[in-house]
Amino acid sequence: MNSTITNAENPHDAKFHATSYLKFLRLAFRLATEGTWTFYVWMFVLSCVFLVGAHAWATQVAQGMIVTAMTDHVSWGLYIANFTFLVGLAAGGVMMVIPAYIYHDNDMHDTVIIGELLAIASIVMCLMFVVADLGRPDRFWHMMPFIGKFNWPISMLTWDVIVLNGYLLLNLHICGYMLYKRFLGETPDRRWYVPFVFLSIAWAISIHTVTAFLYCGLGGRPFWNTALMAPRFLTSAFVAGPAFIIVVLQLIRRMTQMKVGPGSIQTLVAIMRITILIDLLMLGSEVFTALYTGGAHSTAIRYLFFGHGDLNALVPWTWVSLAFMVTAAVLLMRPKVHEHLKVLDVACVLAFVGIWIEKGMGLIIPGFVPSTLHEWVEYIPSAAEWKIMAGIWAAGLIVYTLLLKVAIPVFTGNVSGRRAK
Amino acid sequence: MENQPTSGGCGSGCGCHSDPGGQADATRRNLLKAAGVTLGAAAFAKAISPIVNWSRENLSVDEFLQQHYRELDKEQLAAVMKRLEQDAKKNYGADVTISDHRPQKGVKFGYALNLSVCIGCRRCAEACHHENNHDRATNNSYIRVLEMQKGSMDIEHGNAHYDHPVPHPDKFYMPVQCQQCDNPPCVDVCPVEATWKEDDGIVVVDYNWCIGCRYCEAACPYHARRFNWTKPVIPKAEINPKQSYLSNRIRPQGVMEKCTFCLHRTREGKMPACLEACPTGARVFGNLLDPDSEIRKVIDNKRVFVLKEELGTRPSFFYFFDE
Repeated sequence: MNSTITNAENPHDAKFHATSYLKFLRLAFRLATEGTWTFYVWMFVLSCVFLVGAHAWATQVAQGMIVTAMTDHVSWGLYIANFTFLVGLAAGGVMMVIPAYIYHDNDMHDTVIIGELLAIASIVMCLMFVVADLGRPDRFWHMMPFIGKFNWPISMLTWDVIVLNGYLLLNLHICGYMLYKRFLGETPDRRWYVPFVFLSIAWAISIHTVTAFLYCGLGGRPFWNTALMAPRFLTSAFVAGPAFIIVVLQLIRRMTQMKVGPGSIQTLVAIMRITILIDLLMLGSEVFTALYTGGAHSTAIRYLFFGHGDLNALVPWTWVSLAFMVTAAVLLMRPKVHEHLKVLDVACVLAFVGIWIEKGMGLIIPGFVPSTLHEWVEYIPSAAEWKIMAGIWAAGLIVYTLLLKVAIPVFTGNVSGRRAK
Repeated sequence: MENQPTSGGCGSGCGCHSDPGGQADATRRNLLKAAGVTLGAAAFAKAISPIVNWSRENLSVDEFLQQHYRELDKEQLAAVMKRLEQDAKKNYGADVTISDHRPQKGVKFGYALNLSVCIGCRRCAEACHHENNHDRATNNSYIRVLEMQKGSMDIEHGNAHYDHPVPHPDKFYMPVQCQQCDNPPCVDVCPVEATWKEDDGIVVVDYNWCIGCRYCEAACPYHARRFNWTKPVIPKAEINPKQSYLSNRIRPQGVMEKCTFCLHRTREGKMPACLEACPTGARVFGNLLDPDSEIRKVIDNKRVFVLKEELGTRPSFFYFFDE
């Protein structure tokens, strides 16, 4: 291989990058396609689930969204529910970036790329859920600035397009740059990533704020029309994100040679302990305000918790979510919970599922029940919707697995252009 | 994931091609990978074949590339409408004429409804269903009639699913359709400007530009918008052949639609279909800018109100009671 690749002191010209970047991509491809049997089985299963979802989506496009359980009364369902949750998961990765870059937590600094890659995979899933929700995905180009008609700045959805894609690009740049530099065996130039990292911190807040504004700006939907929505979104994101990453960090520690210091998990636990309590506090505040006041504005919350006559499709979801969240909060209060990994893992799974319900079915559906003319139509997702949802999650996990598969060996210095000479 | 067999593998701490005898192994691996990728691609193609078949039958290049209604010049729009007429023939076997009705100068439409005389017969909803070429399978209509409890004006106590002879002595009736707001939340939220307010006050949708995200349906406080969950079903004989691009032409699958105050009629000086069908004369329609119009007389002389005024949507649809 090219010997100049080791010559880090000389400034590189474009020709150098043209060859060495290709080598980097080739290495990435090889790393992403080779692994243990566990890896192959994992990828095979995910691919199968993805294919089932892809087929269900293709059928939905051909036959129309009649294959979903959505109606003119409940016009958003499982797709937008998952979309909302995943924006939070993407934003949650920033809870690794802030300790690493602002508080200079060394253990966190070594593992921060895990959170940044999670942001990439989550945003990919978000975009897929938005496409799955479109009645006419063939007209996707109408939404592109300059080519189509982009109703910016008045439509919050155009803001969401900007912030989500911007966040994706930021994280792609940060991760791509760091990995390429590691591959070259060079020290990354701070000027080329630190400003972007700080921008990405602000940007992470923006993606979940704008997503909350999608809903809370609608005066016709009293359940959503609350100023607490964006803060609640962020807080729950800072529960779900760390919960997911804590489990991933343990898997990485077990399955790879990456050094996962105890500090990362300890810091994430410290964050979760606070955010989950704030999240429950804000939930309580919303429920109190609605129920104590009574009247039309409390109708959706009453339906959510207690049902309406015979209609109680959301009641089990709501109480399961609340029970999971409260249990997780209690478990997290155990002293030194970061040393009791089983308890911690249970708490993380419960919190993750609890938020998934709260930011999904528990948030989107009651916005529509009862309808704006107070008609009572319930919504229970159809098989097609579950399939498409599973397919998109599988695709997201495929993306995340492959990203980690490339990033970890490069990051730990197990492979690099320098060694490959 | 990195504790993998060392044969030819990378990422287990070794350099890539440092493994002696790994060359043949690598070739074998590459072959397996190629086979895997090929199989995967074939399975993916099979999985999404419904889309391929659908687009072959339903999506022409012209339709895919069609520009927004307001970007089309006269000839382009004429060509589009010609194509849509042919589509109606192909898909529904019906001979239809699709025209383009533009707003008249000095006209802003308003609608008023006399709640004292409405008997809740729902003939307006039925007339809308036929006039606007609605899907027969769902019995769709742009009008919902609420049966209201006496003693309350709150929609919360309304019921759209009554099934008994009308008028019931203890009830009154309130038909609700698009309020053609002057500050329409549905228009604000649309990410692609597929819906907008015309100069005569009517909020319209370009069915060929809408991407079907249904944000407008979430934003509307009056349940005035409908989505085409599948391709509308209408028997050939029942199709209203007199159609307009922005109103009652048969809608494609996967897009939003809404009440247009029957602009294909009202912009020609006729009354909306719902008004003509009303047996009690509860409906009053006209030009708000004309001081002698009937609608202006109602607004000037009756105590009128609008729905959900507190939301600031500023409807052009008024309700009133007789003294």
